[in-house]
Amino acid sequence: MYPSRFRYEAPTSLEEAIALLQQGAGEAKILAGGQSLIPLLKLRFAAPELLVDINGLPGLDHLVADPDGTIRIGALVRHEHIERSTLITERQPTIAAAAPLVADPIVRTRGTFVGSLCHADPQGDWAACMIALDGSIVAQGPNGRRTIPAREFVTGTFENVLDPAEIAVEAVIPPPQGEAHGGYLKLERRIGDFATAAVAVAADLRDGQVSRAGIALVGVGATTIDAREAADSLVDGALGPEAIDRAADLAAEAAHPRSDHRGSASYKRHIVRTFTARILTQLDRSTQKAA
Amino acid sequence: MAIDEIKIGGMGARQRRVEDNRFIRGKGNYVDDIVLPGMLHMEILRSPVAHARIRSIDVSRAWEIPGVRLVLTGEMLAARNLAWMPTLSYDTQAVLATDKVRFQGQEVAAVVADDPYIAKDACEAIVVDYEPLPVIVNPDQAMAPDAPLIRDDKVNQHDNRVFDWEVGDRERTEQAFAEADVVSTLELHYPRSHPSPIETCGSIADFDRSTEKLTVYMTTQAPHIIRAAVAMVAELPEHMIRIISPDIGGGFGNKVPVYPGYVVSILASILTERPVKWIEDKTGNLISTGFGRDIYLKGELALRSDGRILGVRMHTTSDHGAFFSDAQPSKFKVGLMHSAFACYDIPTAHLTATGVYTNKAPGGVAYRCSFRVTEAMYFQERMVHAAADDLGIDQAEIRRRNFVRDDDFPHRTAFGFLTDSGQYTKCLDLGLEAVDYEGFLREKEEARKQGRLLGIGISTMTEPLGAGNSREYDILGIKMFDAAELRVHMTGKAILRTGAKTQGQGHETTWAQIVAHELGIPANDVVVEEGDTDTAPFGMGTYASRSTPVAGAAVSMVARKIRAKARKIAAHLLEVSEEDIEWELGRFYVRSAPDRGVTIQECAMAAYSNVPDGMEPGLENHAYYDPPNLTWPFAAYIATVEVDPETGVWDVLRVVAVDDCGVRINPMIVEGQIMGGLTEAYAMSSMQFITFDADGNCIGSNYMDYLLPTAWETPGFELHEVVTPCPHHPIGAKGVGECATVGGPAAFVNAVMDALKDTGVRNIDMPLLPDRVHRALTTGADVSGAPPVDPDAP
Repeated sequence: MYPSRFRYEAPTSLEEAIALLQQGAGEAKILAGGQSLIPLLKLRFAAPELLVDINGLPGLDHLVADPDGTIRIGALVRHEHIERSTLITERQPTIAAAAPLVADPIVRTRGTFVGSLCHADPQGDWAACMIALDGSIVAQGPNGRRTIPAREFVTGTFENVLDPAEIAVEAVIPPPQGEAHGGYLKLERRIGDFATAAVAVAADLRDGQVSRAGIALVGVGATTIDAREAADSLVDGALGPEAIDRAADLAAEAAHPRSDHRGSASYKRHIVRTFTARILTQLDRSTQKAA
Repeated sequence: MAIDEIKIGGMGARQRRVEDNRFIRGKGNYVDDIVLPGMLHMEILRSPVAHARIRSIDVSRAWEIPGVRLVLTGEMLAARNLAWMPTLSYDTQAVLATDKVRFQGQEVAAVVADDPYIAKDACEAIVVDYEPLPVIVNPDQAMAPDAPLIRDDKVNQHDNRVFDWEVGDRERTEQAFAEADVVSTLELHYPRSHPSPIETCGSIADFDRSTEKLTVYMTTQAPHIIRAAVAMVAELPEHMIRIISPDIGGGFGNKVPVYPGYVVSILASILTERPVKWIEDKTGNLISTGFGRDIYLKGELALRSDGRILGVRMHTTSDHGAFFSDAQPSKFKVGLMHSAFACYDIPTAHLTATGVYTNKAPGGVAYRCSFRVTEAMYFQERMVHAAADDLGIDQAEIRRRNFVRDDDFPHRTAFGFLTDSGQYTKCLDLGLEAVDYEGFLREKEEARKQGRLLGIGISTMTEPLGAGNSREYDILGIKMFDAAELRVHMTGKAILRTGAKTQGQGHETTWAQIVAHELGIPANDVVVEEGDTDTAPFGMGTYASRSTPVAGAAVSMVARKIRAKARKIAAHLLEVSEEDIEWELGRFYVRSAPDRGVTIQECAMAAYSNVPDGMEPGLENHAYYDPPNLTWPFAAYIATVEVDPETGVWDVLRVVAVDDCGVRINPMIVEGQIMGGLTEAYAMSSMQFITFDADGNCIGSNYMDYLLPTAWETPGFELHEVVTPCPHHPIGAKGVGECATVGGPAAFVNAVMDALKDTGVRNIDMPLLPDRVHRALTTGADVSGAPPVDPDAP
C-alpha cells in the first residue's frame, strides 16, 4: 500500500497520546486495531498528517465486570477477545451473539471494539449492540474524562462527537434490569461482508415482563438506527406473538434503507422485520423453556 | 522387471506438486519480487468518470514533485504513434486517453518516479478537466436510437454496435420450430464477473540502450504472444525482445491480453533508459482489466412432447465495454458460444449474436473458460432445465433422452463441432446414484408439506478444450499450437521447457510426470521451465484449458522422439539390430533375451560418450504439436439446496461432481482443479458480480464489493470420475481446468429454480442473492440482474 505521507508516533502514556493529538490539531488519527483506518489510508480516502498509535498505552486492554454488573471494555480489547470471553458469553447475550459475526476471523484478531464504535460506520456491528444495551463511551481529553451515551456518540456517517484531542478509552455496558436477554442477527453475502441488514436486540426480563429493551439496526440508514419505538413497545409487557409482531413492524418502520447491490430497500426492511421477530421469538421460546 | 510407474511419479501418480515447496515457503518469485538496479516505479492515473471529453490535462504540478522522472499523457504517446494499440479482437484500445475517457478506471496519464509513493502523490497532482457525457451501461441503452456514440474515434462507426454474427442453419432451424410440439423460451443475463487473480497485473520493462535489447518481466499467461504483440506495437525487432513471465499468482484468463500499463512501462523504460516497474493495485485490476461474461441470451428450444430437442435458437447480446478486446480465436466473434448443446444429439441449431460497446471496462476474456464456453453451457443447461419444466419431464430424463450415444462418436454437433468421445449417460447416472436422486425427490416432497423449499439442480455438458487445431484457431493470425523441448543430460536427468506458462496449474509437476510415463525417467529427475521467451520454445500460452491437450501432448511427442533416438543407442550398446529391441518403461531389452537390456539412463550416458558411428551426439529434441481437434471432456454436476422462504437465503446441501476428462495424469491436481472450479461456480451463482450504477460507477471495485468465497461459505464437494480416453491425444488426456467453472453455475441455479418451481418463476439472474430469490418468491416474476443498480428503487 502506498498511502500519503504521514508522521507516526507511538506514545507510551495516555497523557502523551492526548498531547500528540493536541499537536495534531485535527489532522491526527488514532491507530488502534487499524482494520478500518489502514484500508482508508491505502485507498487515500484518509490522509492524516499524524498517526498516534495507542497500542503501547497501558491499562486499555481490560474486559471486566464491576460488582454491580457493569461491563467495561477497554480501548485495546480486540473483537477476538470478546468472542472468547466467558464473561461475555455468560452475562451479555447481545454482545455474545454479535461477536462471531463481526468481520472475519483475521480482522477480529486485530480490530478493537472501541475503535469500531469510533469509526461510526453505519454498517458497524458494535454500535448497534451498544445502542440496544444503553451503553456509553468514556472519552479522555485535555480537560479530563466524560461519559457519552452510545446513542448520542455518533453524529453522522463516519462521524462522532469526540473532540480532536479526545481518546475513547472504554465502552461501558450498564447492568441489566433483571435478567439479560438478547440476540444479534446479520445477513451478509459472505463472511466479512458488510451487513445487507442486521438487527441487535437487548431485552431485560423480570418476572416474565420486559423491564428494559433496546433494538438497533445496522446497514439500513446513514447511521446506526435506534429503533426506540419498537423497543419501547415491548417494555412492561410479556413477550408473545402479538408483542413480537408489533415490535418487528415498528423496527421495520424505523429503517431507512437504500437499494444497492446487496439488496433492495424493501428487502432490507423486510429483513429487519424478520430478524427482529426471529430474535424475539427465539428469546420468548428460550425463556419459556427455562420457566 | 518393469519399473512401477506410480513409484517414479508417472501417469496416475498423486505426486505432490513440486512448485508448492517454494510457494508454501513464501519463496515464489513474482514480478513484484524482482528488483533491478536503478529501477523506477510507475503509477497510472485513472479516470474517475465513465464517459467524458478531456478538455485539458495539466501535469505541471506533478513535474514539480521531487523524485518524479517522467510524466506521460496520451498526447505524448500520440506523438510516438502509441496512444492507441490493437486489441486481440482486431479493435483498437486507448493506451492513455487522448480525446475522451470511455469507462471509469480508464488510463489517463502515468508518472514514473523514484518510488511508488512519489509516483502516487504525483498522480494526485495531475489536474484533468473532464466534460461529462451521457453514460451507457447496458445493451438497451447502447442500441437506443439517440444513444451517444462511444467510439467516435473510429471511422465508419455510426452506432455502438461492435458486430453482428451468426452460425448454424437458419432455415432448417426455422423448420424445426415450425414442427415443434412445444417451444420453450428463456431470457437471461450472465453477469459481468472478473477473474480476479490474487496477484494483479504488472511489469518491469528494462530497455538496455547499449544492447538495444528490451527485457520485460510480466504477468502474462502467454509470453510468446506478448513478444509478437510488442514487436508489432512498439515496432521493435522480435529478437531484441525478451518476455519473462516469472511465477504468476493466478491468471484465469485475466493475464492474456496486453494492457496499457505494460505498454506505458515499456515506453517509460525506453525514454528513461532505466528499468520501470508497474504493479497494478487491486482496484486497478478489478476496474480496468479483462472481465468475463456480461452477455444476454434469448434462447428457444423446439421440443417434441416426448422431450426430444428438435432445434435450438439462440440470440446473444454481449456487452464488450468501450473496446472490443475479447481474447479469443479470431474467427469467432462470441468465442465458442456455438459449442452450446454439444453433448446433445440435436438436428439443427442457429445462433445470432450482437456485440455492443458500453462505457465499461473492456475485456471479455475467457475467465477460467474456453472462450465463452462458460456462458454457452450455462445458457444450455438453464434452457434444458426450463424445457423439462415446460414439458413436465424429469430433469435427468430429458437429458438422457437427448444425449449423444456412446457409440455415436465422433459426433458432428448441430453447430458443426466434432466431439470426440464420451459416456454421458454413465456419468449422469453415477452422479444421480451418488446423490440418491430418488431419495432426494422424496425428501423434497416431504419437506414441501412442511413449508420447506428443497431443490435439486443438474448440469451436464461437454466442452471444447485445447485450441487449436491451427487451421481454425488463431489469435491475431498467430496459429494455436504449442511446443516442448526436452534435454536429457548425461546422467539421465532432464530439463523440459514448453511454450505454455503455469499460473498455479502445476505444470512443473504434471509435465515431469508425462516424461516419466514416456521415458521411465523419474519425475523428480525432470525440471520444468516455462515463461522465458529467450529459452522456451514457442507456444500460445496457458488458458482455455489448453495446457494438457496441446503443450502436454507436445511433451509426450518430444519424449517419444527422445525414446526413438535412445532406441538406436540401445541397439548399439546391446549390439543387436534396432528391430530386435523391445521397450518397457525405463528400459530397452533384447526381445529374445529380456535379461539383456539397458536403462534409459544408460542410453543417456552413451548419447554423450558412446554414440554409434554417424549419429549426432546428445539426447535433446523438440516437438511442435498441432492438435487434430479440441478435446471434449464431459461433466455432470448435481447440487441440492434448501431455500429459506422467509429471507430468500439458500444453503447448499450437497454437491456431486462426475468428471470425465479422459486419462488423469495427476489425479490430485485434477481434483484440485475441479474443486477450485466448483468454488468459482458457486461464487458466480451466489455472490460474485460486477455491476454499475447509472453513472457508470463500477460496483465491485474492491474485495468488499467483489466477493470471493472463503472456506466458510464454500460447500463441500463430492468428486467422482469416469475415464473415456481422448482418442486423438497422445496419452488420452482431455482438458479439465475449467470444466467445473463452466458446468457448475447451472447446477446451483437450477437447484434454486427447482426449489422455486411452484412459484412459476422461470429465471433469476446470477448471482442469486437472497434479495433476488426473495423477490422471485414474493412476486412470482423473473428477476433481472442487468445494470444499472438504482439506489432509489423501492
